Amino acid sequence: MRVSLFIPCFVDQLTPQVGLAAAKVFKKLGQEVEFNSSQTCCGQPSYNSGQWEIAKEGAIRSLEVFKDAEVVVGPSGSCVAMMKKFYPELLHGTKYESESKRLSQRTFEFSDFIVSQLKITDVGATLKKKVTYHDGCHALRELRLKEEPRKLLRAVKGLELIETEESESCCGFGGLFSVKFPMISTAMVQVKAGALARTGADYIVSSDPSCLLQIGGWLSREGKVIRPLHIAELLAMGIEHV
Amino acid sequence: MSDSKSIFIKESTLTSADGDQRQFIRTALGGYYKNRDLYKAKYRDWELARDAASLAKWSAVNNLAEVLEKFVAKFESNGGKVHWARDAAEARQIILHLLAKANAKAVIKSKCMTTEEIHLNDALEKAGYGVVESDLGEFIQQLRGEAPYHFVFPCMHLKREAISDLFTKHLGTAATDSPEELTMIARKHLRKLYITADVGITGANFLVADTGQISITENEGNARLTAAMPRVHIALSGIEKVINSIDDLAVLLPMLATAGAGQPMTCYNTLYAGPKKPGERDGPEEFHLVLLDNARTQLLADPEQRDALHCIRCGACLNVCPIFKNIGGHAYGTTYQGPIGSVITPHLRGLKDWNHLSGASSLCGACTDACPVRIDLHHHLLQNRRNAAKVVPNLFDRVFHGTFNFVIQRPALFSLGGKVFRKTFGLLKYLPVPYLGTWLKSRDLPAIPKKSFREEWKESKNV
Repeated sequence: MRVSLFIPCFVDQLTPQVGLAAAKVFKKLGQEVEFNSSQTCCGQPSYNSGQWEIAKEGAIRSLEVFKDAEVVVGPSGSCVAMMKKFYPELLHGTKYESESKRLSQRTFEFSDFIVSQLKITDVGATLKKKVTYHDGCHALRELRLKEEPRKLLRAVKGLELIETEESESCCGFGGLFSVKFPMISTAMVQVKAGALARTGADYIVSSDPSCLLQIGGWLSREGKVIRPLHIAELLAMGIEHV
Repeated sequence: MSDSKSIFIKESTLTSADGDQRQFIRTALGGYYKNRDLYKAKYRDWELARDAASLAKWSAVNNLAEVLEKFVAKFESNGGKVHWARDAAEARQIILHLLAKANAKAVIKSKCMTTEEIHLNDALEKAGYGVVESDLGEFIQQLRGEAPYHFVFPCMHLKREAISDLFTKHLGTAATDSPEELTMIARKHLRKLYITADVGITGANFLVADTGQISITENEGNARLTAAMPRVHIALSGIEKVINSIDDLAVLLPMLATAGAGQPMTCYNTLYAGPKKPGERDGPEEFHLVLLDNARTQLLADPEQRDALHCIRCGACLNVCPIFKNIGGHAYGTTYQGPIGSVITPHLRGLKDWNHLSGASSLCGACTDACPVRIDLHHHLLQNRRNAAKVVPNLFDRVFHGTFNFVIQRPALFSLGGKVFRKTFGLLKYLPVPYLGTWLKSRDLPAIPKKSFREEWKESKNV
């Protein structure tokens, strides 16, 4: 398949290694990878702030960017949920409605694409590390992805997955919520990342780089040894090790 | 900033920094999660049960006028009297009038959040009535002079020692850390009050249209005594509590118990059908029901959020909400805390003053998944934000998002902006940059990369 990468704006600027890793995994799996550099941001910050008229402009722009893509795959449950689920709602009743639905049907989160579209669970990676998993809320509760990333992780040779009771609880990021209500956001990440850090794992893995920004930011400030790692980075690292 | 917002910011800043109290709340809820999951597992299909419960409420709410009329006719044919209240003031006036007519002196109450909503206790005390809460948690909160912390578990924030000290102070009893002994102290104190009270005030969990009964769910038996012992029974209920049929209780009662309190069934589920009839020895002589609108019809008129009227006040959404767990119930400053409170309070009390509650959410969606009647809670928070942006123009937001949009519409500008940010981050992190400075107070950013993804991609496709 021809995979058109959907790179979240903050991944582009702050954690480009996540996008590069996703591209590497797709190539390893024999897919053709393209990146349309006219993409910027999906508009979710404005959407979540109630500025729907402004968010619509971002959404309409994305429809144009990805109109010729065969499949659009993003390494972020949150940004993919924006495109896949919220664009059709945002553009409901406008002339863009059908195009938004067409994009929705062709857009997938990274782990979902590999498992449900490519029908692959073993990407051929080996990594002797202990990891624990954080379910990003958008991936889990908007896109209903729970098993997809776990299937990929369980197939990595040498990898130990430690599950916790806190895997499904929110990290407290919530986009601009994290800076509009920083005290609540920080209390939430303290509970979340604190519990995951106690597993003694090497990495906190997630399919959502925005959660990892929050979790990693707190871990770093608190001087914890456990590191955040995007699932694409983990798989790319595991492929390299082979 | 509205008063309610500045109070929210102040309170939630304090409570979210109180690690011990937050841990106490998490521990208290730990037992609930275990039992909830245990009893949920006994349903053949919990999701199907949610559909059924949701449908039962949907069909009543979407035919509200008709179902209410049917209920009222039946209720009055059972000997009860219905009073309609447009708002809180009218409801208080009706209840005060009924008390005066009954020549009441002492009033006993069972747990009813709707009375909290209309601030009934204040009004009764000002009018010179002695009023006592008979639900243990509410009794404790009344002694403390504090609003309920959680609309199902009013004093869940209190440790045993605090309750023991409170009883020592107000009731003169000896200190104890046994929950049983604490309960017995309250029980002994309250028992005599049921006998001396002239009027008992209760709420209602459901108004059953086909039988004309009100259904009350409780764990302590205090509501039964409140309804049955005094001469006059007054119940207060929101109009949205009506359901079509007694058959609907078959799904609603167990789900209320399991979702809200982690019980298979609440201990006492009682249907009340009118005052005592000629020849009957027990029961009140008069049975009044005050039906309250208080902006519920406004919510009914909003097809997008009408399902918020499905709420059976089980509290499941509070119990799973990471915001509630970290800021506690009092920070909200509302009658109804947690996600459902953040959804409906802007409708009940004004979007202008209460929209901040819709903003104070990471939109994680745990509430929506927990709701037994499938209220689309976290998406309603988003809709409230959209509505607020139209009704209460926020200049900062307009400029911020307008500028952001201007940038993201122009890839070259976006790329340049990102580059400038990365190159100057070393300096920016020391400046009071909006949002960035706030982030950096408690969290780091990852090591800033030299090149963006698009630059890396352009330079080398060999990844």
